[in-house]
Amino acid sequence: MKLKCVLNAQAVEIDTAPDRRVVDLLREDLGLVGTKEGCGTGECGACTILVNGQPRLSCLMIAAQLEGQNVMTVEELADTEDGAAVQRAFVDNGAVQCGFCTPGMELTALALVREHTLPERTCIREGLSGNLCRCTGYSKIIDAVERATHALVKDEKP
Amino acid sequence: MSAVHTATSLNQALEMLAQYPEAQLMAGGTDLLVRRRSSMSGSDILFLGRVPELQDITEQSEFLAIGAAASLRCIIADPLVKQYAPLLVQALGTIGGPAIRNMATLGGNICTASPAGDSLPPLYLLDARIELVSRTGTRSVPIASFIHGPGQTARHNHELVSRILLPKVRPLAQEQFVKIGCRQALAIAVASFAGQAELDERGHLAHIRMAWGSVGPTVMRLPALENELTGASITPKHINYIRAALRTGLAPISDGRASATYRYQVAANVTARFVEGLRETSQS
Ligand SMILES: Cc1cc2nc3c(=O)[nH]c(=O)nc-3n(C[C@H](O)[C@H](O)[C@H](O)COP(=O)(O)OP(=O)(O)OC[C@H]3O[C@@H](n4cnc5c(N)ncnc54)[C@H](O)[C@@H]3O)c2cc1C
Ligand code: FES
Ligand code: FES
Repeated sequence: MKLKCVLNAQAVEIDTAPDRRVVDLLREDLGLVGTKEGCGTGECGACTILVNGQPRLSCLMIAAQLEGQNVMTVEELADTEDGAAVQRAFVDNGAVQCGFCTPGMELTALALVREHTLPERTCIREGLSGNLCRCTGYSKIIDAVERATHALVKDEKP
Repeated sequence: MSAVHTATSLNQALEMLAQYPEAQLMAGGTDLLVRRRSSMSGSDILFLGRVPELQDITEQSEFLAIGAAASLRCIIADPLVKQYAPLLVQALGTIGGPAIRNMATLGGNICTASPAGDSLPPLYLLDARIELVSRTGTRSVPIASFIHGPGQTARHNHELVSRILLPKVRPLAQEQFVKIGCRQALAIAVASFAGQAELDERGHLAHIRMAWGSVGPTVMRLPALENELTGASITPKHINYIRAALRTGLAPISDGRASATYRYQVAANVTARFVEGLRETSQS
C-alpha cells in the first residue's frame, strides 16, 4: 500500500505492506531506530510512539492503522519545546541508565505533561505504569517527569 | 503479506465481511496481533477502527449504547458511562497500561471471551446485551448467552458486534471491582470479583449481586447464594457460609499463573472482604 501519514511533523508517503508491524516499518524500513522493541507483545512499553498525541505500542500495530494519522517518534522529541524539556529533565535527573526504555518513557511522559499541568506523583506513576525499566528503580524517572512539568509551567509564566 | 481491508462505515464493514469471509476482524488489535504473531497467521484483516458508528457512546431511552470499537480510554472518560456504570469504569481501568487502554476496545475484550476478561464480570452484573449486525438484520443477546466458553461466542461469521447495550439503572450504594494479579500493572487476573450491594435501614442486605472472573471457563454467578443472602444480616456466620458456597460453586483450574486452590482462596477472600466492608458501613 501507499501509506500516507504525518511522521515527525512531515507529510510522508511510504510504500509498505499493510500488515507490516509498525515497529519494523520504523526501525528497519525507515531507519528510525530510536523506537525500541523489548517484548514484542505489549508488555514493556519500549516501542511506544505517539499517534495523534496518544501513546500507542508500535509492536502491536500494523502499517494500515497509521493511514491519515499524525505519528511522533522519539526522533522528533528534541524539536518540540516540551519534548526537549522532558529530555533535559531525564538527563539532569539521572533517569537514563542503559537507555533502552528511555524513548518509550519520554514519549509517554510527553503525552502526560501535555494532558496534565503539574500532575501528582501518583498520576505520573499511573501514567508510566505500562513502561518497564530494568535499571533505574523508577524514582528518578518520576522525579524527572515532575521536574519537566515544573520547568514547563515556569516557561509559561516568566 | 496479507491484505488489510479498512472499513470507513458500518455498511462497508458488512459488505467487506461478506466479500472476505475468511478475514479476521480487528478493532484495537491488542489481542489479535499478539495471537497472529504466535500462530504466524496469514489471513486477511478487516480493520474496524475507522468505522464512526462503532465508536459512538449514546444515551437511548432504555439503555446506554457503547460502540464496540470505542477505546477503553474513551469509555472510561465518558460522563454517561460514569453515571450509569461506574463498576465498568473501575474494571476497565485495570486493563493493561495507558497505551493498551488507548488501543484496546470493549468489543475486542468481549469477543476474546477470555475467562480473565476484566470487562466481563461487571457486564454480567449490569445485564448488558450484545448487539450483533449482519447484512440481513440486527439482534441482541444477553452477555451470559453471548459468551459460550474460552474464546467461544454466539457470534456468527457473517455478523459483527456493533454495540454493547447497558440498561439505564441507578448504580447500587456499594459497588466494587477487585482484580488480583501477579503484579500491579499489566497483570492478567488470577481471580477477579465484581459486587453490587445495598443495605436496608436495619442494615440487612436489600440487594446483593456478585460475579467472579478467572475461576471458571466463563464468568461465574451464584444466583442461589444471592437469593439466600438477600434479606439477611451480615454476621461472621454468613461470611463463613459464603466461603463454603464458593468452595463448591466456583470452578477454578490450575495453570501456569496459579493453582486452583489459590484461585479459590483469593476469590473467597476478596468476596469476604467486600461483604465485611458492607457490615462496617451498616454499623457506622
Ligand atoms: C500487554 C497487554 C495487557 C493486557 N491486559 C489485559 C487486562 O488486564 N485485562 C483484560 O481483560 N485484557 C487484557 N489484555 C487483552 C486485550 O488488551 C483486551 O482484551 C482488549 O480489550 C481487546 O480489545 P482489542 O480492540 O484490542 O481487540 P482485537 O485484538 O482487535 O480483537 C480481539 C478479538 O475480538 C474480535 N473482535 C474485535 N472487535 C470485534 C467486533 N466489533 N465484532 C466482532 N468481533 C470483534 C477480533 O476478531 C479478535 O478475535 C491485555 C493485552 C495486552 C497486550
Ligand atoms: S516491545 Fe512493544 S510493548 Fe514491549
Ligand atoms: S534505563 Fe535501562 S531499562 Fe530503563
